[in-house]
Amino acid sequence: MNEEFRKIIRDGLWDNNIVFSQSIGLCPLLAVTGTAVNGLGMGLATTAVMVVCNAMVSRGRLLIPPEIRIPIFVVLIAMVVTLVDMLMNAWLHEMHKVLGLFIPLIVTNCAILGRVEAYASRRPVAEASMDGLMMGLGFTLALVVLGATREILGSGTLFANASLLLGHSFAGMETVVIEKYRGFLLMALPPGGFLMLGFILAGKKILDRRLQARSKAVSVGMAETIQLEG
Amino acid sequence: MSSANLEALQEFASSCWEKLVRQFDDLDALRQRLDYQTYILAAAALVSSLLLGIAHFATQGAIEARRNEDIEMTLEQVFPGSLHDNVLVDDVKTITEPSKTGVLETTVYIARLKGAITGVAFKFIASGGYSGPIVLMMGMDKDGAVLGVRVVAHAETPGLGDKIERGKSDWILSFDGRSLSNTSSERWRVKKDGGDFDQFAGATITPRAVVHGVESGLKFFQRHKAELLE
Repeated sequence: MNEEFRKIIRDGLWDNNIVFSQSIGLCPLLAVTGTAVNGLGMGLATTAVMVVCNAMVSRGRLLIPPEIRIPIFVVLIAMVVTLVDMLMNAWLHEMHKVLGLFIPLIVTNCAILGRVEAYASRRPVAEASMDGLMMGLGFTLALVVLGATREILGSGTLFANASLLLGHSFAGMETVVIEKYRGFLLMALPPGGFLMLGFILAGKKILDRRLQARSKAVSVGMAETIQLEG
Repeated sequence: MSSANLEALQEFASSCWEKLVRQFDDLDALRQRLDYQTYILAAAALVSSLLLGIAHFATQGAIEARRNEDIEMTLEQVFPGSLHDNVLVDDVKTITEPSKTGVLETTVYIARLKGAITGVAFKFIASGGYSGPIVLMMGMDKDGAVLGVRVVAHAETPGLGDKIERGKSDWILSFDGRSLSNTSSERWRVKKDGGDFDQFAGATITPRAVVHGVESGLKFFQRHKAELLE
């Protein structure tokens, strides 16, 4: 795998993560992350939309005049979201009942227009699709992490209703983390999403700083060894 | 049409096509042209609507089937199978009533055992919920006693008001067997208001709305009893 693709993967999942680093797309994030499974469903739907939109825009990028690119992007994104909505309603009906209200809202996720505009409209199809996939998976990761923490704290379960989304073979994923938990309502409500997101963002900052300090220490250490050897 | 004419037409068409294709040789110049910008936006909109139209026809049947399955599943819960031998979704009457906002249509499912009507089931909307209307599915026997009530859709606060769902608590079963004759109108209230039905800790508005909704549903049945049972 070449350097460009490696960078796309690292950017999408961590360095330039839509939620953790860019802090965009928070409207659907806070609305659906009451449980981990809802987060997963929303994340996967968003990923599908991002991959298709990025690929389409990248394919037609030479045909799209810069003056009217935004209306064209909006039309294309709205179409793909509506398609996903219809297909989910027909074939993932149980999940659609839970997420139904939020699927059309994917259209308002500025992350999609952002990636199409900033990346896909300037890059070849393969890279643009990869970027869509990785940015989408990074978004999914954020949704699942936030959903899981809120679910554990809010109702004491993890991956409840997983079989609705993934089929009956995944029913084993549904675990009760805290037995006879009375529930912590704040975490199940949207304000809990804001609070938890704050903690997670802070945690990521700390982790990044540690990693940076360590890599600095390593390079300083290496420089010393080289000096000694020299 | 003579063959000469046809040939001329063919030639004209192919020359037009060639001209059109030649336009795309210099995409940079093409993108600058105002008329091209109009056409490409129109083309994007056209392709999008075409795809959506196709997807609509492809998923329509499946979505309709899912919706019917949903209705059948709730009907099973509010109307015991031992009391009817017909298919409820195929045996419907539509009742129209004037309402504040126009005309309200209610689809009533008629239950029959060996041809004789044993009861009815219908969807009824309880207004006055904490956040928006609460949709109920009610089943009752021909004397107007509740056989079962289920909440089909609501937007009440998770963790507080959602105890009206069968999956969250047994509260909704407290309506079973109730009718307008065995429970006087002062008793069709939550306990806090001096009635027979429990409220939830921290949530009174939601159960109050449901109690009122079920009572209105029974009154609705009484108003149209003659028409429904004939």
